[in-house]
Amino acid sequence: MVKKIGSRIYLSIIFLFLYLPILVLIVLSFNNSKTRVKWGGFTLKWYASLLENETIIEAFVMTLQITLTASILATIIGTLAAIGIHAMKSKGKAIMLGATNIPLLNADIVTGISMMLLFVRFTELGFSTVLIAHLTFDIPYVILNVLPKLNQTSKYAYEAALDLGATPLYAFYKIVWPDIRPGVFSGFLMAVTMSLDDFSITYFTKGAGVNTLSTMIYTELRKGIKPEMYALSTILFGIALILLLVMNYRSSKKAIN
Amino acid sequence: MGKDFIHLSNISKSFDGQMILDELDLKIKENEFMTLLGPSGCGKTTTLRLLGGFETPDEGKIFFDGKDITHLPPNERKLNTVFQKYALFTHMSIAENIAFGLKISKKSKAYIDDKIKYALKLVNLDGYENRSVDSLSGGQQQRIAIARAIVNEPKVLLLDEPLGALDLKLRQDMQYELIRLKEELGITFVYVTHDQEEALTMSDKIVVMNQGYIQQIGSPEDIYNEPINAFVADFIGESNIIDGVMIEDKLVEILGTKIPCVDIGFDKNQPVDVVIRPEDVKLVDPSAGFMEGDVVSIIFKGVHYEIEVHANGYDWLVHTTKMHPVGSHVGINVTPFNIQIMNKPESSDEKAVELDV
Repeated sequence: MVKKIGSRIYLSIIFLFLYLPILVLIVLSFNNSKTRVKWGGFTLKWYASLLENETIIEAFVMTLQITLTASILATIIGTLAAIGIHAMKSKGKAIMLGATNIPLLNADIVTGISMMLLFVRFTELGFSTVLIAHLTFDIPYVILNVLPKLNQTSKYAYEAALDLGATPLYAFYKIVWPDIRPGVFSGFLMAVTMSLDDFSITYFTKGAGVNTLSTMIYTELRKGIKPEMYALSTILFGIALILLLVMNYRSSKKAIN
Repeated sequence: MGKDFIHLSNISKSFDGQMILDELDLKIKENEFMTLLGPSGCGKTTTLRLLGGFETPDEGKIFFDGKDITHLPPNERKLNTVFQKYALFTHMSIAENIAFGLKISKKSKAYIDDKIKYALKLVNLDGYENRSVDSLSGGQQQRIAIARAIVNEPKVLLLDEPLGALDLKLRQDMQYELIRLKEELGITFVYVTHDQEEALTMSDKIVVMNQGYIQQIGSPEDIYNEPINAFVADFIGESNIIDGVMIEDKLVEILGTKIPCVDIGFDKNQPVDVVIRPEDVKLVDPSAGFMEGDVVSIIFKGVHYEIEVHANGYDWLVHTTKMHPVGSHVGINVTPFNIQIMNKPESSDEKAVELDV
């Protein structure tokens, strides 16, 4: 009994530390009072004023553009890369996997600064540099999601398709693709989440004119904390939560099957 | 038998510096059931994959019906493969699996439906069109894999150890099934196996391979009765393989005893390998044989007894239907016709081959 209560309390503390800050943020985003310390009643006015704020809308559109372009391109490139790595012999495979893992492990700020240094040497910082930067950290996630699926596919099924007269492309589409599709999709979702909330790398590679939501929130906060930012952060959290739910729903559906 | 249909001409192939096939030259006739037989790593599967187009030879050429197909991709070759692991498409129904090749060659819906029915009937699985692959047993999956290959009316069917994963009874049933299929379809079968019994049962012609070399090509009877070297003799069934010396034509000395045989043309006093099949050894009265010995062990095998007789320092393996208790003193006799004399391996390479078994 004591053990049970103890473990309950322990778990509660963990969840409290994890989610209380976000909960506070969400509550404050509905608070009809300028100060953080007083509850002034429920309101949606901060959300309304978000929609009227052009810089925020611009940043939102920019975020969507970068996230979707980067995720789609990364999914295509990453899937092709995974197929290539899968076909490699074990030694080359190990080297390639190591190389793709480096951007995952490297500190974001280091990646960001080094990319900035590289980009300013050749071009102006702007949309395209942010896009390239996002691609570099999105692609490994796609590869890591697609490779295990490829490992599960049977080499013989693909060969059987060729044997029955299919061109390599048709055999891939009919035989390999159905098997790796879930991996490609979850790789895409991972890329979206990564791109959506990236701050450090975007911050260093974005240049003057470009702002995504995360970099904009950062600049706004430096001027002073406005309740609109709570609302905006809540929306970002909401999107991430929805993506997470979609991913979990897909994997649990798969598990039942 | 028809004309030569496939010619593998001087094929060499290595993987990662390891030689798998060395100047292999093999001709396959039309309507032939040819079996590539050998232990694992002998190059038989590689030979089949070269035919299927999944590997390209380092050297040599492959001719199919007179045309050079060495570099033709698998999808453009007029032959189909039945894979060892069946390789069915698990996300498709049985009908879709069988229709796969036909859809690619753009056959009409009616033609495809007819063919699916015909193929399922041929492999004794009528009415299985809409079943899923997972709901079938191993033997049934193998039949579907065969059906999927033959609906395309290939001129040659390649089979890579297709019965390897099945249990003994099912395997025997499938062997008869395959012979029947071959008769009905009238096409060339190239069959890969390491199971000598399977090879003897089904084949018109057997190619015994070891370490990338062809050891012997011949009918099942030839291979069994007249093995060309100790490797073949040992691989095809059980054998007594004894060191001997050829005294003169039709006389060989083994274990200190001179016995008559039918082989001629060897040098005088040439060392040879003498092969005697266990079922050819006759156990007689001690005085009536060319050698005397004692029964060391006896095992009942159903059809026959497997007896070990210790005589002149050698343990003879004997298959006989007559019971001889352990410890009994017997004579050994073999009719000269059943004594097979073979050259000793000349190179160390060939010797290594023997030790491997």
